[in-house]
Amino acid sequence: MIKIKNAKVLRKGIYFRELNILLALIILSFGITIINPRFLSSFNLQIIARQVAIFGLLAIGETLVIIGGGIDLSVGSLVALTGVLVALFMKNGLSITISILIVLLISSLVGLWHGLFVTKLKVPPFIITLGTLTAARGLASVITKGWPIIGLPERFFFIGQGDIFGIPFPLIILILFAFIAFFITKYTVLGRQLYATGGNIEAARLSGIDVDKRRIFTYVSSSFLAGITGIIIASRLSQGQAGVGGGYELSAIAAAVIGGTSLSGGEGTILGTLIGAAIMSVIYNGLILLEISSYWHDVVMGLVIVTAVTLDIWRKRKRI
Amino acid sequence: MGQELILKMEKISKAFPGVQALSKVDLEVYKGEILALVGENGAGKSTLMKILTGVYTKDEGKIIFKGKEIEPKNPHHAQQLGISMIYQEFNLVPNLDIATNIFLGNEPKRGKFLKVFDIKKAFKESEKLLEMIGLNISPDILIKDLTIAQQQMVEIAKALALKSELIIMDEPTSALAGKEVAKLFEIMKRLKNEGISIIFITHRLEEVFQIADRIVVLRDGQRVGELTCEENKIDEVIKLMVGRDVRVSPRIESKVDNVILEVKNLSSHAIKNINFSLRKGEVLGIAGLVGSGRTEIVRALFGADPKISGEIYIDGQKVEIKSPKDAVQLGIGLVPEDRKLQGLILSMALHENLSLPSLPSMFSNGIINFKREYKLVEDFVNRLRIRTPHIFQVVNNLSGGNQQKVVVAKWLALKPKVLILDEPTRGIDVGAKAEIHNLISELAKEGIGIILISSELPEILALSDRIIIISKGKITGELRREEANQEKIMQYAII
Repeated sequence: MIKIKNAKVLRKGIYFRELNILLALIILSFGITIINPRFLSSFNLQIIARQVAIFGLLAIGETLVIIGGGIDLSVGSLVALTGVLVALFMKNGLSITISILIVLLISSLVGLWHGLFVTKLKVPPFIITLGTLTAARGLASVITKGWPIIGLPERFFFIGQGDIFGIPFPLIILILFAFIAFFITKYTVLGRQLYATGGNIEAARLSGIDVDKRRIFTYVSSSFLAGITGIIIASRLSQGQAGVGGGYELSAIAAAVIGGTSLSGGEGTILGTLIGAAIMSVIYNGLILLEISSYWHDVVMGLVIVTAVTLDIWRKRKRI
Repeated sequence: MGQELILKMEKISKAFPGVQALSKVDLEVYKGEILALVGENGAGKSTLMKILTGVYTKDEGKIIFKGKEIEPKNPHHAQQLGISMIYQEFNLVPNLDIATNIFLGNEPKRGKFLKVFDIKKAFKESEKLLEMIGLNISPDILIKDLTIAQQQMVEIAKALALKSELIIMDEPTSALAGKEVAKLFEIMKRLKNEGISIIFITHRLEEVFQIADRIVVLRDGQRVGELTCEENKIDEVIKLMVGRDVRVSPRIESKVDNVILEVKNLSSHAIKNINFSLRKGEVLGIAGLVGSGRTEIVRALFGADPKISGEIYIDGQKVEIKSPKDAVQLGIGLVPEDRKLQGLILSMALHENLSLPSLPSMFSNGIINFKREYKLVEDFVNRLRIRTPHIFQVVNNLSGGNQQKVVVAKWLALKPKVLILDEPTRGIDVGAKAEIHNLISELAKEGIGIILISSELPEILALSDRIIIISKGKITGELRREEANQEKIMQYAII
């Protein structure tokens, strides 16, 4: 009989990988603290938390897309576009709530657009989202004509700048969506079908899964979360600016990959991605605290991304 | 026929994990001879040719080519030695012209220091080669603008450009129409007169007698016979091809009940007007050569390929099956022919694979109850005796037989009315094979309607109540259990 301590095997198997990267995060934080103890000041922790929220939200969306076998390169630009749009709507007299809802609807529609191109027209996800990467930022600049949209209602700033019992509000938003995504990926039929779709799309289809719908779901989720992030950033900066979020898509992908998401699809966890986002944020923060010239930041980030992806490929190859 | 020996393969053996693909096979080819190599799927023809062209390395044996022992390391090496193979799938670059393709990897060069591709020379040579094989078109036409038959001729020209003395053609006629086949045979004869030897692999036996000088028959990795083509002995060849002992134990017959599935006028890109019905508790065998459309019938039925026309009835009710999802909801399961590419998600665990089709109906609120899921999986792991340390094992780490059991189990978990099994025992060991055979009998007894596709005729014969035979996308024959034998099936299959 096969009934051998199945539950124990499961627990051991799943928590191990995330433990590794958690350890890496702790060591990294420890190292930065030794060089600059200000790392652990409550002021700095707040900054990190807000950064984690931004990377985390984007990385969760990216994780869903990658698990489903795709990639979304548009999120950084979509952050800029949605931030500009929410500011534009409020500036034109719409209420905060309505502006936010419209922006989230628009960003979801962008995701639907990606999903339909990928599933119905069979355009590679890389191409269609790369198109949006360029077009969305362009559109943001068209709207702002290069000038930030300022003079937004005070109450709007709470989203990006406020806190509840000392916890930054963006972090609370992150925790909310992380919990939803965690629940979907781990406990629902939908989640299981996402992994199956990314793992082997033909086998998934032949198992009776509507693979097109599942993939569309991932692109809509990713764009929706980019919309949320765009609103948070606009609120944090108190303005709508076309230049924000440059390269965030790569940071989000890197966070997911560091967290154990496989670029070939079908593998990844939300918990891992959150830790990955934290690692990315700590590296960013560390570069500032260690007073390394900001010109070097992109160089370091580039290296981190390449390392993470190489490790992913290497990990895969070792298994086969 | 000149009796000068050009190739001699002696006692070639090759084993793959779980199968002895070739055991001590001899093969000799004379200069200027067309040798037909025939045998059922899995008889070892391709393996033997892949050893000759350096794709595989042999376990034992000797290859003597033009009097010298050779050890081809890879296809390129074999080409340099003078042995070229033309595969069913051509190795041409569609966006380049004929001349460039002919000399790809073998380019004439000019210049002293910086060697550049001598395009003029390539064109001139190409023209000569094309003329030699009777293809009168300009070498600057792009490959993608050619017909399949013309592309094949370019492949032949390419082999000639390499100064090959032995050309292997794998099923060269399968993609050609009648006229084109005649043209190909003409070219083959021309090459023969030039002293080039050809090994011709085919399933179409009547063609063999039209063109070949000699026939060598392989079966189960052994050479079982040799015939000259002077007398027309198709029946004898068929007998040699299939004449193994039937080792599959016949199944316990079940009570065949009323019709559960009816297919009318089903057509898709590869099949035409297929009609059949299936009863409760019946095993319907579908036989036919690879590429005959067997798989395409069940794929169209299951909604995996788009249908051009056709009606499907389940329990007398007309149903619409537009996607596998519809089929699954109607209680049809499909164990596809390629378990790794179509049947399993290799990166996922056993339990996740096994429960995948059942999840939506088991958990209608969308939330998985792990206890119930594990219970279901454990039940089937025990019932099918899937050997695994625990149900969370990644399926990639299971043996082929156990992987196949997982694919079967994932459909049984759904309690299907109709279960389609496409090559359910391909590439699995003898023990697991017998277990799957017994399982098929058991399932039929429980009242499931079963459609069984297999290239192994003994398997089809032992398990089916009724057999339909497919050739070129159409049903060419139907045999009841009592009247069926391998020879009859083969007769229909090569129509």
